[in-house]
Amino acid sequence: MPADKHPYLFLLVFFVMAVGFAVGPLILAWLWAKLVSPAKPGEIKNSTYECGLESKGDAWVAFKSEYYLYGIIFLIFDVETIFLLPFCVAFTGLSVGAILAMLVFVLLLVEGLAWAWVKGVLTWK
Amino acid sequence: MDDGLKSELTKQGIYVVKLEQLYNWGRSNSVWPLGFGLACCAIEMIAASMARYDLSRFGAEVFRPSPRQADLMIVAGTVTKKMAPQVVRLYNQMPEPKYVIAMGACAISGGPFKQGYNVLKGIDRYIPVDVHIPGCPPRPEALIHAFMTLQRKIDAQKVFGPDRAHHFDASKPSEFPIPLFGEHDLVPAKNPNVWEPAVVVR
Repeated sequence: MPADKHPYLFLLVFFVMAVGFAVGPLILAWLWAKLVSPAKPGEIKNSTYECGLESKGDAWVAFKSEYYLYGIIFLIFDVETIFLLPFCVAFTGLSVGAILAMLVFVLLLVEGLAWAWVKGVLTWK
Repeated sequence: MDDGLKSELTKQGIYVVKLEQLYNWGRSNSVWPLGFGLACCAIEMIAASMARYDLSRFGAEVFRPSPRQADLMIVAGTVTKKMAPQVVRLYNQMPEPKYVIAMGACAISGGPFKQGYNVLKGIDRYIPVDVHIPGCPPRPEALIHAFMTLQRKIDAQKVFGPDRAHHFDASKPSEFPIPLFGEHDLVPAKNPNVWEPAVVVR
């Protein structure tokens, strides 16, 4: 089978060699372990935590869902900076209408923050 | 193959070894210690792993933070009775084959705290120790010497056959019982399969 008739033959050869290079040592190690080194699993050896201490309690700890409002407020103000940056860059060349529109936008956000503050969302308890 | 032929081949640059010797040569030159210090001996252990004493010459600079990846536990320092169960537990969690170097007077015997109430009088009461290093603390050279002693021990271990090392024998245990806190002392006070008190002949 000439190689110029099958240009993808080299790819196949490379693929087989690459897989063999990775899998071959793993198979050899597995065979050697079967031959020489018996597996000795145990309760302590198979335990999850590995720093000398026994783990206590449950990893599934409940987290208070009421903090979602805090997260949303953070997200809003994080995105707001993206709008504020072009506003700052183009500040001197803006018309009165644009300035007013931007001020309304910022005031709405501040009003939302004040509402959240009064409602007690910002207090972690 | 007789020794004469082997020596003749070695002169020609052809080395003939048994599979067992090749395996032991490989693993004795890549012993990974557990990054685990208990007291002042750990400072000397750290010094031994750093550039001045350079434990990496022996393929052992890779201090692993997890017992799952370590071959060698260097018990470096005072083992208090509060700490002993954790030490045994860490040893149990190491995969086979695993080795222990007891470093310093405290780890091998309790050292200056031997008469105290809260220090274990040698970690060899609970786990099989391969090399003991005296000293308070031993210098890094002593740790390197212990390391080379361990390498010679690994090189001499049998992998096949009835007298093979206990790591390669499926019937030998891999985990050792963890002592519990009793009313006055650890319970049990020793593992009789591992350690018996020396008989003093008077």
